Amino acid sequence: MIPAEFKYSEEHEWINSKDIDEIIIGITDFAADTLGDIVFVELPSIGTEVKQFEKFGEIESVKAVSDLFSPISGTIIKRNENLVPKPELVNQDAYGDGWLITISPTDLKEIDGLMSSKDYNKFTES
Amino acid sequence: MNLLKTPLHKTHIESGARMVPFAGWDMPVQYSGILDEVKAVRTNCGLFDVSHMGRLDIHGAHATDFLNKTLSVDVIKLRPNRARYGVICNAAGGIIDDCIVYKFDPEHFLLVPNASNKNSVIDWLNQHVSNAEVTITDITDQQAMIALQGPNSIKALNSQVSNDISNLKMFNFTQDSIDGVEVMIARTGYTGEDGVELFVPKSKAPKIWETFARNGAKPCGLGSRDLLRIEAGLLLHGNDMDITINPFEAGLDKFVNLDKDDYIPGPALRIICSNVPDKKLLALYISGNRVARPGYSLIYKNKEVGHITSGTYSPTLDRNIALGYVQTALIDNYTNLKCDIRGQITDLEVTGLPFYSRNI
Repeated sequence: MIPAEFKYSEEHEWINSKDIDEIIIGITDFAADTLGDIVFVELPSIGTEVKQFEKFGEIESVKAVSDLFSPISGTIIKRNENLVPKPELVNQDAYGDGWLITISPTDLKEIDGLMSSKDYNKFTES
Repeated sequence: MNLLKTPLHKTHIESGARMVPFAGWDMPVQYSGILDEVKAVRTNCGLFDVSHMGRLDIHGAHATDFLNKTLSVDVIKLRPNRARYGVICNAAGGIIDDCIVYKFDPEHFLLVPNASNKNSVIDWLNQHVSNAEVTITDITDQQAMIALQGPNSIKALNSQVSNDISNLKMFNFTQDSIDGVEVMIARTGYTGEDGVELFVPKSKAPKIWETFARNGAKPCGLGSRDLLRIEAGLLLHGNDMDITINPFEAGLDKFVNLDKDDYIPGPALRIICSNVPDKKLLALYISGNRVARPGYSLIYKNKEVGHITSGTYSPTLDRNIALGYVQTALIDNYTNLKCDIRGQITDLEVTGLPFYSRNI
């Protein structure tokens, strides 16, 4: 089950906007599972500005490397430093301990354009 | 496109393996996960469906002469019930495929080429069958081929067979039975671990597979098989060698016997081996966290001098490893060699193969 209260992008990232000043971003379980065993996550440094749907990092599994695209624009507040020694957290707990970054958003309206959990489920099934 | 299915296809689907198309076959790429499967093979025992590999029965009064003309190894010296790794080169010395040849007797052999090259190998062999004294029969779809690999694989096998397989030497093979079914057991593999490859009648394959799986062998897919073979320094045709590469460039010198009179690529390979090779396959430790993947450029003094052909994170060594070719004329030494990983010029260290070898 994917968290009902999160929003999702077509690039398989989720956002948790419970705290609208510091939005948490990760990749979905679907994405983590498709990538397989994750061995490295490259994240931007704190303070970096990112734009919606633009690349902000890379995620590398045993089989392949993929770009990470930010579902919203903003400034990086935190990065999940636990992923440095344990990138497998993304596989184990994509919506929890496997989060990637937190962001201070520049435009909350961008969130409205993202998919609901229901829509994302449909999106991944098609 | 209709994908071919191995006799274990249903077993894979029912066990929830992730399937991918590979060389025309629908194959499991992973079961529990690549890293988990690698660990099982390095510490315990893994089970692989390798039925997609080609199996060519070579039979006839001239079988020995024929194979000596076409394979890089000397099969006259090979004793019955032994197998050898070798390459099949065209007349110019380019590698059509690598293979294992199994000798039953001087008139009967089994040749196991890669799935993706089976037809090229058959074509090449057929071009050089000069008389009816040799028959080449593709028996791939009559059998399944199961690899049991890992330090506990012989123990797992011994609980199912009548002979003590620990007495079977590396690259030797024997006949035995599992659940009353006649099987051929070869002490070979593609993982760098102890283990065997079993040639079993296709109808019995699911039962044999399930017997091993139930007794603790971990089902594995092609993903872990690829990682294990890179760690073990075993080349993959199509990645680390192809028709444009000769065995000396690929570092396969010791599998080429140039003393055979009628060896078809012999004249070309004798000239090649007396010169400095144009290219050279290198084993590389890649610095940093990023994996060097096939196609990435190797850089020497700001110039592209080669490329990566295989690369992975090695969980066994906990570092990134890769294989790649360099143009020998373009470099003076290895100290300034780097890898361009998606624009990031990355340090590397040239080492020797294998990256990993088990304690014997």
